[in-house]
Amino acid sequence: MIDGGLNSYHLQYLLFGALWTIGLSLIAFVGGGLAGGVIALCRVSPIKAVRWATVAWIQIIQGTPLLVVLFLCYFGLSIAGLELPAIVAASIAMIVYVSAYLGEIWRGCIESVPRTQWEAAECLALSRTQRMRLVVLPQAVRIATPPTVGFMVQIVKNTSLASIVGFIELVRAGQLINNSIFQPFTVYLLIAIVYFAMCYPLSVWSRKLEQRQQFGNNRGTATPSVTTA
Amino acid sequence: MKREDTMNLARDAAAQHSQPAASPAQPVVELKDVHKSFGSNQVLKGVSFAIPRGQVVAIIGKSGSGKSTALRCIDRLEIIDSGTINVCGHAVHDPAIDLRQLRQDVGIVFQSYNLFPHLTVEQNITLAPKAVKNLPAAKAREIAARTLQQVGLADKAQAYPELLSGGQQQRVAIARSLAMEPQVMLFDEVTSALDPQLTGEVLRVIEALAQGGMTMVLVTHEMEFAARVADTIIYMHEGKVWETGPGDMLKNPQTAELRDFLSHGL
Amino acid sequence: MTYEFDFASVLANWPQFLEGAWMTILLSFPATVIGFVGGTLLAIGRRSDQRWLVRACGAYVEVLRNTPLLVQVFLVFFGLASLGFKVSAFAAALLTLVINVAAYTCEIMRAGMDSIHKGQIEAAECLGLTRRQVYWHVVLRPAMEKVYPALTSQFVLLMLASSITSQISVEELTAVAARVQSETFRPFEAYILVAVAYLALSLLMRLGLWVFGQIVFTRQRKLGNAK
Repeated sequence: MIDGGLNSYHLQYLLFGALWTIGLSLIAFVGGGLAGGVIALCRVSPIKAVRWATVAWIQIIQGTPLLVVLFLCYFGLSIAGLELPAIVAASIAMIVYVSAYLGEIWRGCIESVPRTQWEAAECLALSRTQRMRLVVLPQAVRIATPPTVGFMVQIVKNTSLASIVGFIELVRAGQLINNSIFQPFTVYLLIAIVYFAMCYPLSVWSRKLEQRQQFGNNRGTATPSVTTA
Repeated sequence: MKREDTMNLARDAAAQHSQPAASPAQPVVELKDVHKSFGSNQVLKGVSFAIPRGQVVAIIGKSGSGKSTALRCIDRLEIIDSGTINVCGHAVHDPAIDLRQLRQDVGIVFQSYNLFPHLTVEQNITLAPKAVKNLPAAKAREIAARTLQQVGLADKAQAYPELLSGGQQQRVAIARSLAMEPQVMLFDEVTSALDPQLTGEVLRVIEALAQGGMTMVLVTHEMEFAARVADTIIYMHEGKVWETGPGDMLKNPQTAELRDFLSHGL
Repeated sequence: MTYEFDFASVLANWPQFLEGAWMTILLSFPATVIGFVGGTLLAIGRRSDQRWLVRACGAYVEVLRNTPLLVQVFLVFFGLASLGFKVSAFAAALLTLVINVAAYTCEIMRAGMDSIHKGQIEAAECLGLTRRQVYWHVVLRPAMEKVYPALTSQFVLLMLASSITSQISVEELTAVAARVQSETFRPFEAYILVAVAYLALSLLMRLGLWVFGQIVFTRQRKLGNAK
């Protein structure tokens, strides 16, 4: 239970941190989403060089811990001579990370639109761009919604790493509070609860979306969701 | 919707776009010595036939005889290894062919209808006329209404495909292809995926189109329908045109393979 | 940009990097094995007839999947210590990783087991196999084979996530990079090197797991990976 060490001022500070967590998550989602869209389209491009370069980039990002990417962005910025607040480095790192993962998820969704839809559109004399825009992408977006919502959970959790480079989000706020009251169990438990409150609804929503889609498609195969810790 | 009305509408529709790209004497579809392999499996071993304007040709044969492949080659859904294919003045075998132009002259209806699930019936039909022919929305909707009337589904314009029966979806697919006013229509086993009671409504539409003078190639298992409606029947066997003749050819099969095929069904 | 890259001074510390890589492996490998067993047990629990068990396993999985690993690590290391349970950094790290990966493994295995057709189980039962035999031969083994690619990805992610344990002073790769950069003042080079090391480790891990899969799942090998 919360005893005398933790007061309402601390709780306000934690809330302040949580707001920054949400803020960084939104930046990561929007920025990473835009970049991810580009990556997904590059990944299915008819030009071999573009495809291969994109695959290589995705493999590199997916094979590197986010913490390392974060440090590279943080130190990379100072090498470039830019003295910017930690949120910039954190944002860049998150955007790079999110774009690689969302790009792959969306690529999978584009490719899961049945080949016959491509053919039907082709046989109606639609150009490749028209096929993508009018027939394939609308269906791909529908398929992509549940895993994208599920990935939002990963984004929120991963913003916790920004605390390591000094950005004051929820975890950092908690660490600072803990530095004055020395009750790590209480503090970190509280932080966990706040994260749970943010992430659990998203998880539930993602599952609901997935169930609704499977119902509509009359498909019974369960796809395991691969997610980071 | 009465059968005669359907036929009249179909005839009018066919008459509307009678500007042949080729002269009346030249066949609309002509295959000459076409070969096609998938890996080590040779599916077409020298297929040749010609289809004059306004004719209905039915291609029959066992599974694996190459009939669907031959049909798909006409619209360049498969690329042939050798031989020539000329469709409405286009050299389909030529890698430099303008596919957009070809696909406006050729309409194809698939076994699994392939309607766009995220669009309504009307949107499915108006998509290509708007995007490819740049028709204004009102004109496109007009065309959609006309073709839907032709296939007997005028009241389903705002419905989504998933709410329609298989037969209805297939008729929408036919309307979708008709809306582009093609010069030749290809039908790839369009009733094979349907329940028997839904097959009739689709066959009626196809027959009306035939009466209206549309040049058509049908790959089908419906023997009775082929005999009645087709001007010419092509029987394919092991990648070759084995026997061809008018509709009543099926009553007097000349080759042992065709006799065998007719007595066993598939 | 007048920065001059100096990889030499960083590379000179290669023995430390090697030790760090070894520590990463020491963390990831046991965590993978124990976490897999734990996750499978959890999955079995989630599919049991006892409602309390289903609920308990479900709650466990939801809590762990909806909280960040960093917070979990801090809770285990600092939190438990403040309650009187003092554990070494390595033990806390290993424990947290196991607890964490078990939750994800549970979901993967559950999906695999759910996808086994009921008819298969019925057929096995009608052949006289005991419930336990049916579970092993008809449910668990085919499920493991089916979800093996997903499991492989999950375990590689676990290895990458072990970098977070550097924050409680476990001397794995990322921690070594931090130490080396504080000595050589070459943070960028240090972390690039470590990124390459992680990439190499991921590749090795995927290769190793693939070989393991080929050996264990003989049916796949004979059918040539035909799904």
